Amino acid sequence: MRPAGRGELESLYFDYPEYPFRAPAELGGASPRHPVIIAGAGPVGLTAALALAQLGVASVVVDRKNTVNDGSRAICISRYSFETLQQLGVVARFEAKGLGWTSGRCYFRDQLIYQFSMPHSADERFLPMYNLQQQYIEQYLIDAAADCPGLIDIRWLSEVTAVTQDEAGVELGIATPQGNYPLRGQYLLAADGARSEVRNLLGLRLNGRNLPGNYVIADIRMEHDFPTERRSFFESSANPEATILIHRQPDNIWRVDWQLPAGADPEEAVAENTVRDRVAAILAMIGHRGDWELEWWSIYTANTLCLDDYRHGRVLFIGDSGHIVPIFGVRGLNNGIADAANAAWKLAYTLQHGAAEGLLDSFTPERRGATLDVFRNAGKSSRFMTPPTRGYSLMRKAVLELALSEKFVRPFADPRQVQPWIYDDSPLTSTASQGEVFPAGPPPGAPLQNTRLGERDFLLDYIGPGFTLLYFAGNADLDAAAANLLPTLRKVDPRLRVLVVGEAGSDPIAGDESIADPGRHLADCYGAGPGTLYLVRPDRHIAGRWRHLEESTVTAALHRALGDPHERDA
Amino acid sequence: MKETLEFAELEQVYDLLAEAIDEAGPEQEALFLAKLAMLLAQQIPDVDRIREAVATALRP
Ligand SMILES: Cc1cc2nc3c(=O)[nH]c(=O)nc-3n(C[C@H](O)[C@H](O)[C@H](O)COP(=O)(O)OP(=O)(O)OC[C@H]3O[C@@H](n4cnc5c(N)ncnc54)[C@H](O)[C@@H]3O)c2cc1C
Repeated sequence: MRPAGRGELESLYFDYPEYPFRAPAELGGASPRHPVIIAGAGPVGLTAALALAQLGVASVVVDRKNTVNDGSRAICISRYSFETLQQLGVVARFEAKGLGWTSGRCYFRDQLIYQFSMPHSADERFLPMYNLQQQYIEQYLIDAAADCPGLIDIRWLSEVTAVTQDEAGVELGIATPQGNYPLRGQYLLAADGARSEVRNLLGLRLNGRNLPGNYVIADIRMEHDFPTERRSFFESSANPEATILIHRQPDNIWRVDWQLPAGADPEEAVAENTVRDRVAAILAMIGHRGDWELEWWSIYTANTLCLDDYRHGRVLFIGDSGHIVPIFGVRGLNNGIADAANAAWKLAYTLQHGAAEGLLDSFTPERRGATLDVFRNAGKSSRFMTPPTRGYSLMRKAVLELALSEKFVRPFADPRQVQPWIYDDSPLTSTASQGEVFPAGPPPGAPLQNTRLGERDFLLDYIGPGFTLLYFAGNADLDAAAANLLPTLRKVDPRLRVLVVGEAGSDPIAGDESIADPGRHLADCYGAGPGTLYLVRPDRHIAGRWRHLEESTVTAALHRALGDPHERDA
Repeated sequence: MKETLEFAELEQVYDLLAEAIDEAGPEQEALFLAKLAMLLAQQIPDVDRIREAVATALRP
């Protein structure tokens, strides 16, 4: 919502682009079958289009709007999502504009009770979190898509109104200002958001529950001197009954988020005057004396809802279309970006290499597993933010009062920010065989550590776009054995790349690329000895790792990672 | 035996107590908490430490 007298897209700081409608070949009677259709040009659909393009798969993206989202919505992007953007080669603008942060403060009755820091080290490429308005996120992705001519075709003012599928593919009905047309594809990614029309048209329902509590978010503009941190206030003098959150965003925009007391009338709560009064009280509490302007506000409730299956034949659900998660811990957008990266490589390998059905089938256990983990964490956060019973209210009061003097209870106020999900029990992951002990490094299913190799040089810059075999060079015998393995692996994945970590200037097995690791920093981070191997998926999760090469094991792991656990030999 | 609970264990205790308070009901909750305090105190054979905990808990 915007203040009276301002239009939906009249922002204090952001110029909404207007993308033109262009008549596609279909309106002239052509009916090509596109490899992938993406319903929805939100942040998740656009990320999927870029990830597909990187693997050489063309997509058509349809969206009913002709601009980016009309409010602000998601503002916190995690390091994990930034690494995905790094892999897609588009992170620079996000990094330049976003406000990075590491820590937060929690107050109880206006006294500081707890400061948290998210894990960070000098070895990382990115800070744990960046604040950036969702309009910028979408705009940067749209601009990046425009740099992929022939691979990404975004069609604005094009609404999905029908969906059918059969053996050969999917067919959508598209409504446009110049008439309707059928759009045919081999696969469909449903990225059309929380009210997904694709989901409705296929007769599918989200299951789960609505958590108690209503929250209002307001974005305001003000000159306010405080570092980029997350501030939360329990029982503050400005809103004694419920919690307040404050975040800094670029362009002097601040997000103020407050909970409504039980029984408050939601309609009354979003009236412009009520919002102004509440914001004024909160600003007085934090000691802001200067001017401020209201940009946009909205009300939300916390839900834990998802589909039972994220795959329906030739349709995969990515982002909010498949799951609606509570805002606590900033998981909505971040998990959607991870869905997009996960779905994209699986579709590419299905379309280009005829991968086994098991590959697309793994989308649900991997990404729904991530959703259920979000629900577990959000359940805890929500029981703290909005105690559901007298017992929980008393306990929260007890813990917060104790926190004034007692350290041990302070972590109860921690926001449990999003953590990358680990695909350790995925059907695609080869877990460690017994006796393989790694002193360090990401375990099977975890994402790669983006280890620093030099001033502006990081491991992820060398990974992908297909599978990567990270090989830590050993002695002549080990190197020869590794070199022998390559033809077999390349029969399974022709675009597999080998990245050899060794001494400066040496290229012991003629890999596609080599990294010098003179101080053994990378080897230490990866718990690697001579001959250690990591098999890395296109989405940078570890498919398997071995201290010592055993040819049949590595080949089997690659088959498994491509959805074919029974295939042993190429 | 370790000296204190891990935070994850403390979280379990939080939920356990919240649900036990609900189970006791508003009439009986004070009595329930008093009984619980006695049971736990019996496991800390040091009156001074208990006195200290009582003082901390009394602070608003
Ligand atoms: C008020 C609000 C505040 C939020 N705050 C946060 C936050 O702080 N942090 C966070 O992580 N997340 C937040 N979220 C969630 C976050 O915005 C979503 O998770 C994210 O936008 C999901 O992206 P998406 O691409 O899946 O869906 P959307 O962003 O909803 O994009 C869907 C796209 O599909 C298009 N579309 C819909 N139907 C059709 C159709 N029939 N035909 C063609 N196109 C169609 C829409 O026009 C839209 O462009 C918030 C959400 C809301 C509503």
